[in-house]
Amino acid sequence: MSAWRALLGRELRLALRHPADSLAAVMFFVLVAALFPFGIGPAPEALARLAPGALLASALLAALLPLDRLFGADAEDGTLDQLLLSGIGPAAVALAKAAAHWLTTGLPLLLATPIAAAMLNLAPGAWPAAMAALGLATGFLSLLGVAGAALTLGARRGGVLLPLLVLPLAIPAVIFGAAGIEAAAAGLPARPYLLLLGALLAGALPLAPLAAGAALRVE
Amino acid sequence: MLEADNLACLRGERAIFAGLSFTLGLGEAVLLVGANGAGKSSLLRLLAGLLTPAEGRLLWDGEDALADRAGHAARLRYLSHQDSLKLALTARENLAFFARLWGGTPEAALAELGLAPLAELPARILSSGQKRRLALARLALAPAALWLLDEPTVGLDAASVARLGTLLARHRAAGGMVLAATHLPLPLPGARELRL
Repeated sequence: MSAWRALLGRELRLALRHPADSLAAVMFFVLVAALFPFGIGPAPEALARLAPGALLASALLAALLPLDRLFGADAEDGTLDQLLLSGIGPAAVALAKAAAHWLTTGLPLLLATPIAAAMLNLAPGAWPAAMAALGLATGFLSLLGVAGAALTLGARRGGVLLPLLVLPLAIPAVIFGAAGIEAAAAGLPARPYLLLLGALLAGALPLAPLAAGAALRVE
Repeated sequence: MLEADNLACLRGERAIFAGLSFTLGLGEAVLLVGANGAGKSSLLRLLAGLLTPAEGRLLWDGEDALADRAGHAARLRYLSHQDSLKLALTARENLAFFARLWGGTPEAALAELGLAPLAELPARILSSGQKRRLALARLALAPAALWLLDEPTVGLDAASVARLGTLLARHRAAGGMVLAATHLPLPLPGARELRL
């Protein structure tokens, strides 16, 4: 457990030394959200109708950005071998990577959600639900992503393969997340949808690291 | 005691080596020599449990070593061809993670390899020889029964090779085993040669 915390701490420290990666994901999220008003036109009702889905899609795409370097950098500099020999266990290493990915990408996206939501003319009453939905959905994506990154490690064009592998699996999170935000915008309870998102996250929490660990072992 | 029994290794469809058997007792050292591509690095990875042998068995004190890979990993140190360093972290921070895993203090290990004055510098600005010394400093953290070294002296100056010699001598005096792949002379008196 102490070794696992040391690994997570090291991952976070490394992310802090390269803040540009987290910043790039946040900027990407805000910029993609800003493209919608240009494409659809500034009609407030049309934008508000589109906002929940646009928020989810932009956030998931932004969270995908740093995924292909998740294990790639460690495999190139030999760190991955040391991690596999560290006794932490491949699945626990994958879980630490997913946690670090969420803390350095998902969490900053959450903080930028009000900006993107305002640009999409989402009713301010639905912002807390939007942040909760994005928090759960990006957590789900971090877990799926760590499994995808482990599977595509060493594959030629792995960076292209990874989104093709991960995004279809993230569709349920988009459906429940967008439905939750839409319900909140209409003044209805978002809780049932958020609970379904939470169930997705709870299912992926043990399964995705196990899959990633098995994939790392095979390398 | 480490015992390799009829080991074979496949990469792709090609057999790199087959029918390899040797034993390594307490305090003994083996130099792996052979042409490029002869399978020295693959053998080291296989002995570390990072590759699965296509054939044969690896025994530790008479028991299958790879049955419990985590247990096997805990008794060895593997120095790969790469230095396994994070360039954004300082020399001390690079070692601190491994000190949390294995015990020992980064400061003592850095001093052992003559890196104490560079402790607070990011690994990025170290020279390639200094990076190699920082990778070697991991060996100085805490004792382990088996050292698997892949070209440990690449890029090292004479003084650093002598420091490595001190480390190796102390490790072997305490009953540690060493398996090193190399093209350069290593400070390992009395080491046997294993030609691949």
